[in-house]
Amino acid sequence: MYVAVKGGERAIENAHAYLGEQRRGDPGVAELGTDQIEQQLSLAVNRVMAEGSLYDPALAALAIKQSRGDLIEAIFLIRAYRTTLPRLGASIPVDTARMECIRRVSATFKDVPGGQILGPTFDYTHRLLDFALMAEGEAPVAPRKPAEPAHVPHVTGFLGDLIQPEDSSDTEPRDLTREPLELPADRALRLQSLTRGDEGFILGLAYSTQRGYARNHAFVGELRIGTVAVEMDIPELGFSVEIGEVELTECETVNQFKGSKTEPPQFTRGYGLTFGQTERKAISMALVDRALRWRELGEDYVGAPAQDEEFVLSHADNIQATGFLEHIKLPHYVDFQSELELVRRMREAAE
Amino acid sequence: MNARQKNTTEYNFAYLDEDTKRMIRRALLKAVAIPGYQVPFASREMPMPYGWGTGGVQVTAACLTPDDVLKVIDQGADDTTNAVSIRKFFQRTADVAVTEATQDATIIQTRHRIPEAALTEGQILVFQVPIPEPLRFLEPRETETRKMHELEEYGLMHVKLYEDIAKHGQIATAYAYPVKVEGRYVMDPSPIPKFDNPKLSGNPALMLFGAGREQRIYALPPHTNVVSLDFEDHPFEASKANHNCDICGAGDTYLDEVITDDQGSRMFVCSDTDHCRIRQEA
Repeated sequence: MYVAVKGGERAIENAHAYLGEQRRGDPGVAELGTDQIEQQLSLAVNRVMAEGSLYDPALAALAIKQSRGDLIEAIFLIRAYRTTLPRLGASIPVDTARMECIRRVSATFKDVPGGQILGPTFDYTHRLLDFALMAEGEAPVAPRKPAEPAHVPHVTGFLGDLIQPEDSSDTEPRDLTREPLELPADRALRLQSLTRGDEGFILGLAYSTQRGYARNHAFVGELRIGTVAVEMDIPELGFSVEIGEVELTECETVNQFKGSKTEPPQFTRGYGLTFGQTERKAISMALVDRALRWRELGEDYVGAPAQDEEFVLSHADNIQATGFLEHIKLPHYVDFQSELELVRRMREAAE
Repeated sequence: MNARQKNTTEYNFAYLDEDTKRMIRRALLKAVAIPGYQVPFASREMPMPYGWGTGGVQVTAACLTPDDVLKVIDQGADDTTNAVSIRKFFQRTADVAVTEATQDATIIQTRHRIPEAALTEGQILVFQVPIPEPLRFLEPRETETRKMHELEEYGLMHVKLYEDIAKHGQIATAYAYPVKVEGRYVMDPSPIPKFDNPKLSGNPALMLFGAGREQRIYALPPHTNVVSLDFEDHPFEASKANHNCDICGAGDTYLDEVITDDQGSRMFVCSDTDHCRIRQEA
């Protein structure tokens, strides 16, 4: 006699135990420390912080360990933790012009005040597997010279009135994580969504604009990576206090704009700002930001995905996407059964 | 590091902080005041994935009190893995009493079914909703569908149902069958089989619908008039498999089809495991 399947609870517990075992792998191999992940897989840590919207390298490293290196799962762990944190206040906007840059390149000018700084980039590495890394050994020491505190002004600043000035406003932007997304969204909200959006999705959209789906050629006016101070106004003190620093990647693209009835021909800007060293994401973000600005700039809407605000903002979040995508593996016996009946009935009627 | 080591006991009752619950309750009150209308709410990132019932979990969390008795079902059954997982979540974070008996529960969270036993006044049924917008697969843009609801512009839906009849001789929707609430809003009843649709109307229980990823809440207050869309010459029909339950013999319940051997033999059993158990014991 048939007995309905029982034991869901035990199955779940056993699955979790099995997962834990697989996470650890061969116990004969030394366990990975979260400090090792933080130090040696730092770009993974950076991605998790950027898309998790939480700047905390130690927690990101823990999430990566816990998720067995599945970065979307790690981002999910960080997001779920982030939601429970109290909001103590908002910092004053960080000043990226005062960034201490470890990398800063401009594709638009051969040299600029503050200089071109390659920094720790893969750009000119030959992608040849370095088998020496499989053996243990000391890392080569990079040559260094004494730091000279240099002022590193934004490259786009040198374009003066040839580049469209951005609206400056002190109104508090809406918070994507505290209010439901309602469309149309202003630029601040779009940028919030893009900066936590999935790197692959934003990259694909940005790439599509380069290949002609809402093409608007972008020059990387400047790409900079470095640390900035985070300051907060403390009402009791009456002045702002530096509470820490964060590493950021900022990208400003310079795009052509032919002008309109009210505006002279000038350059316009796409903007990307992300946590950590995440330049692929920051450049992609800048391209998509610029593509989404077609309406305010009076450009044609050609129906390209990257121009479609509702499409982009509704699908950029990888935690939403992966959840809904993967939920189809949950039981659907009931709705499938109803479809089964319907198909049988329709076939009967047809015969 | 200590401040970081949040264990479950450090979370607020039913996980969500009180401000978030208040925000959800406001959305719920609005939803009850405008039956069938989708109220946007600031859905939180929950410690379970979108698609696993984050909307339902948030609604349940906002409704739960320490005296409540909670029942969680998925596909009508208390023992499906995700029902087990959600029930455990609330046992852990709210320490509430749980039950499998429909009549003993004060709050029932469900995915894809309405229990067979009649619900009573004072009970709350919380639905997990994947896509709250009944017009979504006719018009993908939220900005458009909101306008269509505002203007009560439901022609597209009727055309779709009509085309079904023209093509297939019947309305080819078996679950998530659209309904009209109090003659005003067209509403998605969540992916329940259309067999369950009649239970939506005039039900003495409060029915709440939560869609976490899509950030929407909607409701059917007790005794709301809910009509499944149809045509005079093609009236709505609540269908089920043409069998009786092979365990309890019921002829009036929704059935799961179970394949029992590799010869393709199959049997039909109640999808509502609690209902089936009571009938077996009787």
